[in-house]
Amino acid sequence: MKANPKDVNTGVYYIDGDVSSGYGALAAGCKFVGGYPITPSTEAFEAVCRRGPLVGAMFIQMEDELGSIASVVGASWAGVKSMTITSGPGFSLMMETIGFGAMLETPFVLLNIQRGGPSTGVPTKTGQADMMQSRWGSHGDYELIAISPDSPQEMFDYTIKAFNLAERYRCPVMIMSDECVGHMTEKVVIPPADEIEVEPRRFYDGPINEYLPFKPDEDLVPPMVKAGDGYKLYITGLIHDERGYSIKNEEYKFIYTKRLVDKIRLNKDKIIELKEEETDDAEVVVVSYGISSRVAVRGIEKAREKGIKVGSLRLVTVWPFPDEKIAELAKTIKAFVVPEINYGQIAFEVERCSHGEANVILVPHGGAGVHNPDDICDAIEYAAKEKKRIEGVIEYKTKLEKLVFEEGYKLHE
Amino acid sequence: MSPLKTIDSKIVHPMDNLLRMERIPHIWCPSCGIGLAVTAFTAALEKAKIDLNKVAIVSGIGCTGRVAGYTKLDSFHTTHGRPIAFGTGIKIGNPEIKVVVFSGDGDLIAIGGNHFIHAARRNIDMLVVCVNNFIYAMTGGQVAPTTPLAAYATTSPYGCVEPPFNIPYLADSSGAVYVARWTTLHIRRLTNSITEALNKRGFSVVEVISPCGMYYSRINKLGDGLDMMKFYHDNAEIRHGEDTKNLGIGFQTKIIVGKFVDRERPTYMDSYNKWLSEIKTEEKLRK
Repeated sequence: MKANPKDVNTGVYYIDGDVSSGYGALAAGCKFVGGYPITPSTEAFEAVCRRGPLVGAMFIQMEDELGSIASVVGASWAGVKSMTITSGPGFSLMMETIGFGAMLETPFVLLNIQRGGPSTGVPTKTGQADMMQSRWGSHGDYELIAISPDSPQEMFDYTIKAFNLAERYRCPVMIMSDECVGHMTEKVVIPPADEIEVEPRRFYDGPINEYLPFKPDEDLVPPMVKAGDGYKLYITGLIHDERGYSIKNEEYKFIYTKRLVDKIRLNKDKIIELKEEETDDAEVVVVSYGISSRVAVRGIEKAREKGIKVGSLRLVTVWPFPDEKIAELAKTIKAFVVPEINYGQIAFEVERCSHGEANVILVPHGGAGVHNPDDICDAIEYAAKEKKRIEGVIEYKTKLEKLVFEEGYKLHE
Repeated sequence: MSPLKTIDSKIVHPMDNLLRMERIPHIWCPSCGIGLAVTAFTAALEKAKIDLNKVAIVSGIGCTGRVAGYTKLDSFHTTHGRPIAFGTGIKIGNPEIKVVVFSGDGDLIAIGGNHFIHAARRNIDMLVVCVNNFIYAMTGGQVAPTTPLAAYATTSPYGCVEPPFNIPYLADSSGAVYVARWTTLHIRRLTNSITEALNKRGFSVVEVISPCGMYYSRINKLGDGLDMMKFYHDNAEIRHGEDTKNLGIGFQTKIIVGKFVDRERPTYMDSYNKWLSEIKTEEKLRK
């Protein structure tokens, strides 16, 4: 299905990633945004509040993030595409209801403009330390989808994709962006509506009294209905059977949990999007996502100037994780270099999937800034030279770290 | 002797079409008042003559949180404390739906307290039925934000030291347009109040004082459910229009019931749409 021309503000813009994502949401047909202001994501919420009402999208600024995420799940069951927008502390507050959304197989999109943490951290500066939280943050077993755009243009494009995936697989989809991408202002081209593919909600169309809200189709995803249409739905966060009725036995818990995770795991190939460059004859591959992949470009260039064969694998989809791709690459290369603005999250996933066949070098960053491309280049150089196979994740010492811990950083200067 | 007459199994209870009979028996203990609150609610649904396809019932977690699961409407059993926020999403997502939040005092006033006051302030068109049994019963009798001063609970073993919330006063001062309180003894008046509130536009609150024979009465040695009903009979006083300030409930003190607030105020959607029509005109003017 093509986007509704009314929803799309076709044109060429010079806007930041936050605003671009807001426009993307509206272009995807989002009709409800429940939010709570939090730096550095407010521009996205503001953009939807300004433009939303002109295209028939409702918004509400709730009293807290607990409320905003609950309202989003509610609105999705009322039949409209919905979204919430947040950052670190708000993301933490939302965790319980994200699991609830996954449990009820509710399509919605969550935009997380990551900032430095933990706690209040550095609200105005960047971070990428919520990646594992986006996968494991809520209690219990579930799978969901997370994507990580790296430019304002991608914020538009992938917000639409996030909505499409949410509707397609009936699950929450996280856009794990970061402050740098959110506040980066670049040219954004918003195409005409007929060039934008949007996934409509998969509504049930059988007889009203035969509807089972959790009876899956062949792809393990159940079709949906909405409140107010006479279906007399019963929806609960308790483990439930196909009717939605709570059921406590061990066997059923197994059946249900398995479907909830398999729905994503078995459709992995259709969900995952990667951007791969020059990996064919590479000896080192840089695995990156979000803003780190933009910074890595320069690092990779520098390493190539030094004659190192280095490829790049960009994780556009971070969850589900591309296990097979990493395993396949590990067999042909010497090492992976993983720059990320945290102390090792995705690097450990890369190590898990490389099955000991390649070294994994983490280029960490504490946050509140991005990597120095020289560090990435140096890490690549080291990776190419290292002949030994070293177990575990090798933490690369960056220039900043050397400056701080070895040369003595004066706190008050 | 003539054989016993066979009972016609097709006899339908008048409330069957409003309940999920396949889920009965329910989980509530003997002497619990929640069933009476549900009876009043279902009776009110019929009396209010509203389109049942357009009613969504949202509950949180707790004993009363199970109500959504027994009523045959679009039913949502949500996370703890969030039914009002969830219901706000439903209401804005589809304003045609009448949202009823049916939950307990702990769910609505403690963990969900913030949503309660803000939904009242916004005047979201929603009916909140708050069953107040003075205790957290689902988890085994812990102290609640409504437990009267000095009453016992498993987490106030030496008597509750915190003053309780006066729910009608909280609702009134936050901006609710309809506020009433009844006990589960006042089943007819409660039904009338819920009927009236179902047809009221705006944030309406009906508090239902309910016995908890298993925990609250037992730990405070107040007898069983019937004794609690007798207590309500002797100590409940109907005072319509009473200033909500005076509605605090002490331990085994008089319980003032009645309809306290019934006023008009533009709802959230009224204000939103009014504002929207204005900016739309402005847009036109600019063109």
